Amino acid sequence: MGGTPAQEIDVVQAVVELAGLSVRFGKREILTDLRAALSGRTLGLLGPNGAGKSTLIQTLLGFCPIAGGTARVFGHDIRQHLRSIRAQIGYMPENDALVADMSAVTFVRMLGELSGLPARAALERAHEVLFYVGLGEARYRKLGTYSLGMKQMAKLAQALVHGPRLLILDEPTNGLDPSARQRMLRLIRDIRDSGHMHILLCSHLLRDVEETCEEVLILKQGRIVHHANLEKERSANKRFVELETSGDEGDFAQALAQLGCACTAVGAGRYKMVLPEDFDLRAVYRVAAERDLPLRRLSYRRDTLEDIFLKAMEGDPKRDELRLGSQI
Amino acid sequence: MAVYKQTYKDYGGPRTAAWSRFLILMRYSYARLFQSRFLVLFLALCFFYPLGCATLIYLSHNSPALAMLKLQSNALPAIDGTFFYVFCVVQGVLALLLTTLVGPNLVAPDLANGGLALYLSRPFSRTEYVAGKMTVLLVLLSGITWVPGLLLYAIQASCTGWTWIKPNLWLARSIVLGPVIWILILSLIALALSAWVKWRIAAGACILGLHFVGAGFAEAINEILRTRRGSLINLGEVIHTIWGSLFDTSRATDLSVMQAWIVLGVTCALCLGLLARRIRGFEVVK
Repeated sequence: MGGTPAQEIDVVQAVVELAGLSVRFGKREILTDLRAALSGRTLGLLGPNGAGKSTLIQTLLGFCPIAGGTARVFGHDIRQHLRSIRAQIGYMPENDALVADMSAVTFVRMLGELSGLPARAALERAHEVLFYVGLGEARYRKLGTYSLGMKQMAKLAQALVHGPRLLILDEPTNGLDPSARQRMLRLIRDIRDSGHMHILLCSHLLRDVEETCEEVLILKQGRIVHHANLEKERSANKRFVELETSGDEGDFAQALAQLGCACTAVGAGRYKMVLPEDFDLRAVYRVAAERDLPLRRLSYRRDTLEDIFLKAMEGDPKRDELRLGSQI
Repeated sequence: MAVYKQTYKDYGGPRTAAWSRFLILMRYSYARLFQSRFLVLFLALCFFYPLGCATLIYLSHNSPALAMLKLQSNALPAIDGTFFYVFCVVQGVLALLLTTLVGPNLVAPDLANGGLALYLSRPFSRTEYVAGKMTVLLVLLSGITWVPGLLLYAIQASCTGWTWIKPNLWLARSIVLGPVIWILILSLIALALSAWVKWRIAAGACILGLHFVGAGFAEAINEILRTRRGSLINLGEVIHTIWGSLFDTSRATDLSVMQAWIVLGVTCALCLGLLARRIRGFEVVK
């Protein structure tokens, strides 16, 4: 069954499209000729401090002057349709942006109204989202009395109040203790799984991005050094298997090779294999059972986001960009 | 959404008209401002003088009441341009004090908390933000300046009839225009200085300082350099010059009307420039 036309458009259309985007503050170039099309449900924006992650977000929101190129959000050009773009975005900034002498429910309601919600609907939504992020009991307290974790949740609530299509989260787990961090990541995953919106998560914490995102864009010195679909990379990694047995059978590697695997012994009872397409892993167990050889470990080699990030950081941005350009 | 069912729900309801959203800021700002009893008390005090003026107008047309109070009608001031000029001066000073109380609470907290990014990341422009905040001051200051002034004019007109209205129709224009110019300047200065210093108390001090220290410096310049050009930095003198021309009073001023208008224009331009620099969704750290 095909989806509705709107759904089909949503699938095809890039959420964020960068078309040679450059941003300059004075003589300093912050973002240089960014080109990418991000279409995943959850997009991770990675990079070391000063890479230009926050500037990219602020440019998408229309805060920063564009020096060259452009960007499109849901097909709307940020140079021309800023208002309609902003209407579809919920933004959670990195810094403490809450007005201290307002209660959470009043503040979230006001921002909901500014996004176009009628007063009554905004009040209802403010209560809903504050309950959703876990601030239901504290919603009448002044924001100035909130702990850092509660402030982060309040910022998330105001970003959600108007039901945006794209949620931009700038360092959402900054300053959170482990349990609060887990709660925040759980919420992000829940929002992602609800299917109502796309998420653009900007963080320098690789683990946060790895746990929540399916597509990553890595920036370094204002340039894109890597753009990857984590899901595809993970599925590609499933062909690489590491195996460990408790004994050492000389013909085990040979038997696996006869099944079509490229197998190399890398030590006593340790093997590395590349599986052929559509390979059934049960065949490995069968071969081991035939030789009465206990298998101690069988794992997919996992190229972690950290590996991807470190590889990206090693390269020269200009050279990497040329490489990316030639791939395109 | 029920409390027990805490899952995310999208919003698909109606949206309000974009043009009306700047009024939302005004509504929330008033709700915050009127939590202060001092402000409410001060606002009530601002109506004492207009009430006194209304009583005076009423008495000047009520011979039995004058007789009862044993007053002669010629003992009361004439209701003319000078009467309304004095009204504007008194209420203008109160407007300045009210601006000092209210103005810094409007923009400074948002900037100090870095909250502008949250406002401006919505379909809401910088102009709408400034308009929303400025409307708070404009409405409040109008309520103590030209609105009661116009009411006094209406009372006088109703007591005297067409014979007074016809030669004094120009007064109605001056009663509106004079205070409107003043409250526009006050609002712009208050917002610009609050945006600049980002600290309520300092912003209040700056607003007062600009007027009183400015006047002091102007006098010092005039005395030391034996000139009258120092009055160009005295906003009080500038607005008195304009009011004097609007109400056709014979008050001697240090400045020409043209000079006064130029000073006001330059002040407005500076304030708008400062607001354009400060009211932004992001801050460049140098």
